[in-house]
Amino acid sequence: MSFINYSSREINCKIVYYGPGLCGKTTNLHYIHKKVGPNMKGKLISLSTETERTLFFDFLPLSLGEIRGFRTRFHLYTVPGQVFYDASRKLILKGVDGVVFVADSQLERMEANIESLDNLRVNLAEQGYDLDRIPFVIQYNKRDLPNAVPVEELRRELNYRNVPEWNAIAPQGVGVFDTLKSVARLVLRELKKGGSR
Amino acid sequence: MANSLVMYEEEFSRIHAVCERLIRETHSKVVFLVDKNGQLITAAGQTQNVDTTSLASLTAGNVAAMGGLAKLIGESEFPHQFHEGTNESLYMTVIGGRVVLVVIFDNRTSLGLVRLRIKKASDEMMRILESVTMRAEYSGAASPFAEISDADIENLFSE
Repeated sequence: MSFINYSSREINCKIVYYGPGLCGKTTNLHYIHKKVGPNMKGKLISLSTETERTLFFDFLPLSLGEIRGFRTRFHLYTVPGQVFYDASRKLILKGVDGVVFVADSQLERMEANIESLDNLRVNLAEQGYDLDRIPFVIQYNKRDLPNAVPVEELRRELNYRNVPEWNAIAPQGVGVFDTLKSVARLVLRELKKGGSR
Repeated sequence: MANSLVMYEEEFSRIHAVCERLIRETHSKVVFLVDKNGQLITAAGQTQNVDTTSLASLTAGNVAAMGGLAKLIGESEFPHQFHEGTNESLYMTVIGGRVVLVVIFDNRTSLGLVRLRIKKASDEMMRILESVTMRAEYSGAASPFAEISDADIENLFSE
């Protein structure tokens, strides 16, 4: 749910990075945080365990610039990917404007990807959203690993909606900003269509 | 997509005035209002050394987590939360099921006074929020951003 403030002339939108455990959601946010200029970003908050697994969420506020005199701010969140944190994942999807699904390209994570995507559909529905309608992009991460399955196969299993998709190597930044820009674009288009409904 | 929260100047000023008054009446340090999705609506008081964006997001996370816990034990929500620190304390109140009023205070005031004043401020805030909702309904289906063009969107991403 975007927040449009006429007084401070700001639009705030919420983007959630979803995906199975260890697929690279937090790595995406870390790379964005590292590369974006200090005037465009706020503090990166990670609520994680001692072993740096996401416990509740990571949060990164970004300011992208102005549209017609309104400052556009995007709040990026990740969910904890591990299966047993489902209650937390549901909470983070509240008020979401756009979703990035980060898929792990490794063959042995294929099932985890499918399970996580199904879980996303169910959890979105609980919040009153439809995965087939919400601004949505898919990132195929870890393309550099030798056990990465061909993109066609990932596409067949995960991208039945035919949404924008990006190949990525998140620690090196490959595909990270392409993914972010493409979901931001979709969110703003949705806002243009009828944000005050 | 779910409804956007649209805040116009008039209601924003009224909300901000309630926050300013709450600061004075409670002798607290910072008061801020956050929507339950983590967007900061306004902040009043000594905000210069506070990362209000992070505060807003963590407040929403905390309220959401406590709301989840409440449901597990058969409550709909825990509308009041108090966290006591050595020097600073924090009081959170959910208003109208949709926004959270947060007051940060130290030992120059007391929990009792803060609670008392929050009650009054919450009622007032509730009325203002109702008028925000009503205005959104009256304004019909047109998006305030209906006029933005694809070119406007693309310009954001031009290097």
